[in-house]
Amino acid sequence: MSLNSFWFVIIAVLWIGYFILEGFDFGVGILLKVVGKNQAERRVILTTLGPVWDGNEVWLLVAGGATFAAFPEWYATLFGGFYLPLFLILVSLIVRGVAFEYRSKYGKAQWRNRWDTAITISSFIPALLWGVAFANIVRGVPLKADSHGALQYAGGFFNLLNPYALVGGLTTLALFITHGAYFLALKTEGNIRIRANSIATQAGLVTAVLALIFLGWTLFDVSSKGIVIGGSIIVVVAWLAALGANLRGFEGWAFLLSSIATAAVVITLFGTLYPHVMPNLGGGAGLDIFNASSTHYTLKVMTVVAVVMTPLVLIYQGWTYWVFRKRISSHDIAHPESGVLDTIHA
Amino acid sequence: MNALSLARWQFAITTVYHFIFVPITIGSGFLVAGLQTAWVRTSKEKYLRATKFFGKLFLINFAIGVVTGIVQEFQFGMNWSSYSRFVGDIFGAPLAMEGLLAFFLESTFLGLWIFGWDRLPKKVHLATIWIAATGTLLSAYFILAANAFMQHPVGYVLNQTRGRAELTNIMKVLTQNTAYSAFLHTIPSAFLTAGALFAGVAGWMIVKGRDADIARPVLKAGLITVVISFLIVGVSGDYTARIMTKQQPMKMAAAEALYDSKANAPFSIFTIGTLDGSRPVFQIGIPSMLSFMSTGNFNGVVEGVNDLQKQYTAKYGAGNYKPNIPLAYWSFRLMIGFGAIATLLAALVLWLMRKGRLPKGRWFGISMIVLPFLPILANSFGWIFTESARQPWVVFGLMKTADGVSPTVNTGSVAFTVVVFTLLYGLLAVIEFGLIRRTIKVGPEPEGMHAKAEEASTLVMAY
Ligand code: HDD
Ligand code: HEM
Ligand code: HEM
Repeated sequence: MSLNSFWFVIIAVLWIGYFILEGFDFGVGILLKVVGKNQAERRVILTTLGPVWDGNEVWLLVAGGATFAAFPEWYATLFGGFYLPLFLILVSLIVRGVAFEYRSKYGKAQWRNRWDTAITISSFIPALLWGVAFANIVRGVPLKADSHGALQYAGGFFNLLNPYALVGGLTTLALFITHGAYFLALKTEGNIRIRANSIATQAGLVTAVLALIFLGWTLFDVSSKGIVIGGSIIVVVAWLAALGANLRGFEGWAFLLSSIATAAVVITLFGTLYPHVMPNLGGGAGLDIFNASSTHYTLKVMTVVAVVMTPLVLIYQGWTYWVFRKRISSHDIAHPESGVLDTIHA
Repeated sequence: MNALSLARWQFAITTVYHFIFVPITIGSGFLVAGLQTAWVRTSKEKYLRATKFFGKLFLINFAIGVVTGIVQEFQFGMNWSSYSRFVGDIFGAPLAMEGLLAFFLESTFLGLWIFGWDRLPKKVHLATIWIAATGTLLSAYFILAANAFMQHPVGYVLNQTRGRAELTNIMKVLTQNTAYSAFLHTIPSAFLTAGALFAGVAGWMIVKGRDADIARPVLKAGLITVVISFLIVGVSGDYTARIMTKQQPMKMAAAEALYDSKANAPFSIFTIGTLDGSRPVFQIGIPSMLSFMSTGNFNGVVEGVNDLQKQYTAKYGAGNYKPNIPLAYWSFRLMIGFGAIATLLAALVLWLMRKGRLPKGRWFGISMIVLPFLPILANSFGWIFTESARQPWVVFGLMKTADGVSPTVNTGSVAFTVVVFTLLYGLLAVIEFGLIRRTIKVGPEPEGMHAKAEEASTLVMAY
């Protein structure tokens, strides 16, 4: 395998990690007010994310950094081109991060209520837009060479909101909601667990329909049909198995299987893309893993770093999940009705 | 305003804002780790209360550092895509390494620290904050090495057919003295900043007559941190200045508003130049000091702006190679000045605290409120100087800032994002400031609290 292909795989792996991990973060955030009926329950829900959300988000930062290092032309064309959707995602991630950290640092119910609304909205937007962005990448966007020969995005904001991309966006949205519900059911007890479990089933069925439309449409559009068919079979099987496991109360299995299905979706998309990274919808050459890439030397340097560091990261992130493996209930929260500062003085 | 100036404003606003929180995070991570270490070693409850109290301030600050950093990671591609294409082969590597080596470490271990009080053995829990703090140092190193490449490109060749710079030696990029000196200057500045913040908070508690058992030792430790850090900052600043004079003589000339090359050049205390920045009108200075600072020799010749402009025109073609001279001149002095005032204040209070005394009075209360802001201002002016006096280059000698901007992003889009980011950041500043004020007002948890709290309320720092 050439280093260019290897780095294509690494980028795919980073996005798989990101979609699995921050995917459930987004889902839990969206469900915060649906599943959490009162302050105590909401604090339980957020505590399931507390120790891990920032580490999960770093998968995105590293995917960004790695794309910059390995495929600078891709990084430049993609983020320069998808300017406004990316901007909306960034604003959401800013609001979300602050909302997590600040909601309980002050006692007023109104203060927390507002932050909770912020969490819901700022989880919803990226969950939708990442799907829109990826669907557009797979479908291809209009590209034009500028005077220096660099391939630039030649469309506008509304080109990105085509029906195929919107279905893609709804698919990731529904997928993340379901995935988040599995996670909640796995990490909590009592009412929250019961509600999350039942929402997972409903959302899971919606996701199944959307995913079938999306993957079917993809099949229709691209030339590498084998990959789409193979990938879709894995997605469907894993997804149905997850639904089944959830119905029988095997939440760990449900979460694992929905992670596999999420990974299979990303693999399918990257698989149809390969060896391109941004196909040109306007005809003509697009960006691929060769004309978008860094030099062999840079790829070699980055390979050494990635091969040494990635296992270490996986080990200590895995350890975090192990440390916080226990289910969380309102007993773990000292004064569920108050903010942290008041807790201290209660 | 065109898309270029808007993109520049956007970068300047978001980055300076990010760097308000960065030094506080770096410095206070270690200071909180120090407090917790004191608790683990002595088992004195006051250190635990101090750890939790200052830890909370640290976390409030960290949150904004993180979310503003996300913008940094992507705005190279969004607003500076031509720049990204040109240097991506080199510049992307340290950025990716920063993520893999540093951000994962910081975020994961900080999560363990916040939520791990009752889940981890005491010493393992202590280790998590030290590891997170170490992560901030790694992060700073890689990003400063990336920035050092922009100040002084090394380890690359120009590939004419692809129109870009390509990496030939990563070790040169990561270990050039421009990177070392920036690290050695920035990290002690961060300690100075955090020291001033801790001292300010503790000083205020003393004024209010609260929690003296915590406030006194923290005040003292914070002030000592300020004074020692300033000495290191000065030494590394001098080292930085020498390297800078060699690599970017125009920057030093601008910093000194030195228009014509001179032997025995004075260090200027005050200069007024003509509006277009082409010559001085009035100047006061210390004789020969600048020659010494930048060459190590009182008789050394320091090149002036006008001669450098001629040299650069000959070398790089026609164009204006002068940065904004008044900005360079004043930001350089304000950096040093604000740091120096903070240090003098710290030294004064330390002196008043000898033999167990405590300073009193209105001036003390006010100065403790002002103290934390001084190094923050010094940091901002340091970067404003470093970056603005490098102009018109984005990568010195290789690419001009004007050529780095995204060609496809229209003025309206950049204008929109500048406005939204500015409003959002402004709002965040108000919220953060209010929260910090409130947290300080409420103060540390009362004594004896944690004995009760230990079994029940393990999540006091949490959500
Ligand atoms: C000298 C230090 C320094 C400098 C010059 C910068 N940063 Fe920074 N950054 C940090 C030091 C730091 C840190 C100490 O590691 C932070 C600050 C607060 C924090 O939470 O971590 C951080 C956070 C932070 C994050 C969030 C990490 C997370 O989620 O945990 C990102 C993505 C960046 N930064 C990226 C950048 C980029 C692309 C910069 C260049 C324009 C930049 N930073 C300048
Ligand atoms: C965190 C500390 C930093 C601060 C406060 C800072 C500040 C600034 C400022 C004020 C400008 C605008 C200069 C001008 O346009 O006149 C600028 C420009 C720039 N800086 Fe930095 N900078 C920092 C770190 C970095 C780092 C670490 C990098 C790269 C790794 C970087 C890359 C750039 C780029 C690409 C520009 C060009 C855009 C422009 O001219 O506005 N900066 N910076
Ligand atoms: C004591 C005398 C000081 C000297 C001689 C000095 C010198 C310098 C020089 C020459 C630079 C520019 C480096 C470059 O452009 O390559 C710089 C940058 C900077 N200074 Fe200072 N400085 C001093 C004090 C301070 C203080 C007190 C602070 C903050 C508390 C500070 C914070 C910074 C920062 C954040 C930068 C930008 C980062 C960098 O380029 O390293 N400096 N300083």
